[in-house]
Amino acid sequence: MKILGIETSCDETAVAVVEDGTSILSNVIASQVEIHSRYGGIVPEIASRQHLLASIPILEKALQDANIQLEDIDAIAVTNGPGLAGSLVVGVNLAKSLALASDLPLISVNHLEGHIYANWLDERNTPEFPLLCLIVSGGHTDLVLMTDHGKYEQLGRTRDDAAGEAFDKVARLLGLGYPGGPVIEKATIGIENPRRLPRAWLKGTDDFSFSGLKTATLHMARDLEIIADEPSPAIHKIAAEVAAGFQESVVDVLVTKTCEAAQKCNVRQILLAGGVAANTQLRETMTKRTPVPISIPSPILCTDNAAMIASCGYFRFVAGETSRWDLDVNANLQLV
Amino acid sequence: MGTVHLEITTHSPEQTQEVGSSLGKLARIGDSIFLIGNLGAGKTCFTQGFAWGTGFDGYASSPSFVLVKEYDGRLKVYHIDFYRLDNIEEISELGIDDMMEEGVCVIEWADKAFDSLPQEHLLISFEHLAENERCLRFEPNGNRYQYITDKMREKWNSQ
Repeated sequence: MKILGIETSCDETAVAVVEDGTSILSNVIASQVEIHSRYGGIVPEIASRQHLLASIPILEKALQDANIQLEDIDAIAVTNGPGLAGSLVVGVNLAKSLALASDLPLISVNHLEGHIYANWLDERNTPEFPLLCLIVSGGHTDLVLMTDHGKYEQLGRTRDDAAGEAFDKVARLLGLGYPGGPVIEKATIGIENPRRLPRAWLKGTDDFSFSGLKTATLHMARDLEIIADEPSPAIHKIAAEVAAGFQESVVDVLVTKTCEAAQKCNVRQILLAGGVAANTQLRETMTKRTPVPISIPSPILCTDNAAMIASCGYFRFVAGETSRWDLDVNANLQLV
Repeated sequence: MGTVHLEITTHSPEQTQEVGSSLGKLARIGDSIFLIGNLGAGKTCFTQGFAWGTGFDGYASSPSFVLVKEYDGRLKVYHIDFYRLDNIEEISELGIDDMMEEGVCVIEWADKAFDSLPQEHLLISFEHLAENERCLRFEPNGNRYQYITDKMREKWNSQ
């Protein structure tokens, strides 16, 4: 069964074709990151316009790469939230038009659920329930217990900044650029002496907090006189040491709390999902310290893509869930 | 801009939340609360308390990424963040006018767009004094906000 997935929740226009929820026939992504990097972050109105421009060519390429016609598709899955309303609406309208014109079922997918299903796109390795999923992205840091397809229990979430957002803010204040995750990862390669920064454990809960770390990083940057606008090589090195300490703190907290929750809930597997799961240090540390088998999507499937939406859509579709024509976007859509 | 009518020094994040909560209890639909101050000065922390004060029982988290978050208590709270926005057009696209009719707007980094925001508002500036110490300065602009600030003074100045 072939599902066409469409994803436009943030700054990537993506269309993919996935067979039976696990096998990627095509996965096309048009990133707007260069356009937005000028602004140090995503600009909603520009994102929406770029989705409009890119969506049809990307759709055509996805069908072409899969070597199929629209008639060969069995259903259309689309992200309807959470995300930027003006961006989501482009994808949802495209999906509705295609479904209506080709008389195909329409399936709405929660973007976060999509990230989790990126873990089903590795055919050699099917996740086993019950499992614990750490979703880490620009807008989210969630620990979710999943007992079956579509069955979620939220154990913890961030109380202030999401991990990816903390990366963006810290990269900005250290003068390292945008997007925060990749630029911090690049800057910290070969750094042997990370500057020690605090960790917020929030003991007794599965929640996270990165706001205090962000503030501590800001004050350290100030004390070390790292001026973001004019980085000399010496200053850049110090900024990289601070960034390395910041990254180490985030990773330590994420990994420790996820492993503890996995033991507490007696799960059979841990999944990582979301854009921050592309971070090498997080992947390596998690793999080293996990008490149970771990699944981490390849980096390209961690960041926003439509294959994960098509995969999730497949499992929804076989469970008999489809959406109606009045499907709307929901910028604040919750997983549970 | 108005003048500072109330200064509250807090000594822990919890206390900053408490100040927020007591302001949240006074909030009504149509109120505009603007928060300014550096990264880490306590704006989001304050807003968490504010949302609790309106009866919301979750954690208000930073909206820098999604720009607007919504919390439903006894009234709707729109938690807005201009941190990443750099020009007025981007801000006008957010549809803040509609939000102001439907709920109370708490806007972080409002100083990025004072010109396009209502002149009547409560401005609170946050200053980082020491590791756990923050100074919150209230500047009411308009009678409604003068009233709120007076109520806050009754509660907090005696402490």
